[in-house]
Amino acid sequence: MVAEKRSGRSRPPLVAVPEPDADAHGGRYAAGEAGGTGTAAADGADAGAPISAPTPDGERLSDVDEWGRSQHLRDILAKLYDPLYERWFRVEWEGFDKIPRTGGALMVANHAGAIPTDAPSIMHGIERDLHRPVYGLADEVFKRIPLVNLGWSRLGGVQAHPDNAYRLLREQQQLVMVFPEGARGPGKLYRERYQLRRFGRGGFVQIAMRAGVPIIPLAIMGNEETMPIVFKIPAVAKALGVPYAPITANMLALGPLGVLVPFPAKLRIRVLDPVVLDVLPDQPRYSRSRIMDTSEDIRHAIQADLHDMLRHRQSVWFG
Amino acid sequence: MGRRVLVTGLGSFWGGRVAQTLEQDPEVDVIVGLDTREPSVPLDRTEYVRVDENYSILSRIVRATQVDTIVHTFLVVDSNQVPASQMHDTNVIGTMNLFAAASQPESRVRNVVVKSSTLVYGSTPADPVWFSEDTRRPAFPRLRVERSLLEVEGYVRDYATDNPHVVVSLLRFSNVLGEDIVTPITRALDLPIVPAVFGYDPRVQFVHEVDVVRAIMHVLDHDLGGIYNVAGDGLLPWSEVAAICGKRLGPLPPVGRRLVASTLSRLGIVDMPTELIELLTYGRGADNRRLKEAGFAYRYTSAGAVHAYADAARLRRTVGRRVSYHYERDVEQFFRHSPAVVRDQA
Repeated sequence: MVAEKRSGRSRPPLVAVPEPDADAHGGRYAAGEAGGTGTAAADGADAGAPISAPTPDGERLSDVDEWGRSQHLRDILAKLYDPLYERWFRVEWEGFDKIPRTGGALMVANHAGAIPTDAPSIMHGIERDLHRPVYGLADEVFKRIPLVNLGWSRLGGVQAHPDNAYRLLREQQQLVMVFPEGARGPGKLYRERYQLRRFGRGGFVQIAMRAGVPIIPLAIMGNEETMPIVFKIPAVAKALGVPYAPITANMLALGPLGVLVPFPAKLRIRVLDPVVLDVLPDQPRYSRSRIMDTSEDIRHAIQADLHDMLRHRQSVWFG
Repeated sequence: MGRRVLVTGLGSFWGGRVAQTLEQDPEVDVIVGLDTREPSVPLDRTEYVRVDENYSILSRIVRATQVDTIVHTFLVVDSNQVPASQMHDTNVIGTMNLFAAASQPESRVRNVVVKSSTLVYGSTPADPVWFSEDTRRPAFPRLRVERSLLEVEGYVRDYATDNPHVVVSLLRFSNVLGEDIVTPITRALDLPIVPAVFGYDPRVQFVHEVDVVRAIMHVLDHDLGGIYNVAGDGLLPWSEVAAICGKRLGPLPPVGRRLVASTLSRLGIVDMPTELIELLTYGRGADNRRLKEAGFAYRYTSAGAVHAYADAARLRRTVGRRVSYHYERDVEQFFRHSPAVVRDQA
């Protein structure tokens, strides 16, 4: 193709005259030939200067998609994370079949631990076993911090903007994960464990309604114990511009190592029945009461299942 | 009767290119170009009028030439290019005077195209990946050039509302790359080590210079009206842009990056206006589907524009930048107006 283009025109035009109806596929470079509305040689002086054939579609050198996710980097991480998933947290799923193999769906879960292990575990488990990407919606604070934003984005993290969620769910029919508690979930103290915080303003319900996708609630047990927060230092959080600055039990037990190393609590993830919202997609507005009721119902369902799972838990470490 | 077109910013890259393209169109009778500078490209029949920055004689020109179409390309979108006060004069006061002239009772203006920029969306951590024409920007505009362009767009909207009989098109262009254009981005990519911000690798979007002119002509030819993003398909990380150009990245510190960038710019080592350093931190994407639905076919994707630039840059390394054209007033006047010149060969 390239050789053909190059030989096709020895004196290529520097400015292609717009042809409003020019076909995007055929005759992309036909502007210099007869039949076009005309050809403007931009510069009389340099009409003879050969320029290389342009590359309209542009070969890509990386596989980073529009959301910043790279399958290549995810595959590398999967190799590193799999031992942690299998041996350290020994993640076990209940009702994994309820996660759809095709089509868009919004997964919502409880969120806990100073550096939450729930997000990577959910994403890794689904990507490994269903072979489909999972995009995680996160607060803009992730996008603010150097390196963190880069890692998060390459591994499937997306800024939690309604437009992003809509595009992912409705137009691209992807699996999307969100923690409606936001930073309030991981930022709570150990003595408040397994008490779900407010589910924001129910934005996730509205998104699922607009996108016409089901909501899949997940209840996760064990994440609270991986990195329990003993107390918080609000002044440091404020100075650093992060939602919370915790002193964790890990730091007290392991010293500086504890900043990053989670305790090996057993992780259990229960997939609840998908919630199908019986409304028309793509409406500009939805009933506020309907949104808040659905949001509360889902929160209560996750809370109830967490209590149920905790009732049956023999040990924090062995489940 | 054919079209009578007024092009602002004739001396700029875009004004010159748009005028050249209009000259090829037999339907266009008259092209009048305004600028503070002389045209930088050869033009056959465009009449060049030197004006001051804020176009104070504009209403006389509009009355005298009876133009029906205005292509407003004279907006400063690079805050290092001119001092702040001059940017305000050119963008805000210039646009205000332009629309004041275009809305006088005897004006025959029926078609206006304004070349704005996706800078109006900003570049912050709160942004969505894609901005559509209707997306409200989540963060308050803090940069001077963003505020300046938002003010310009305010005048465009007011004019469109007050003059429903005029087709007003507002085009928001993403960062332009191509064979010829020189911008802070091309200057950054021309450096042996391409500046970046440590710990960030944002996705950026480009539109090829050919598609810029084609988009302006498309909205003119189809009387589109309304707001359109003009940006190539796809986003690609800044590191990949540098890789396509065969360059390595030199990271600047993320904290205090604006100070570092402005200091380096002042020293003449790089040319990194604040809006560029913010773009290289948080990136930006503009949804181009509205213009596509209006029948426009892009020739280049974002990555394609980068490749086109990279190819041209490789050629320049060997043969240098081509000699630019010099405007000679007397010569141009002679060819346009002397009775000795045989015109109208058709």
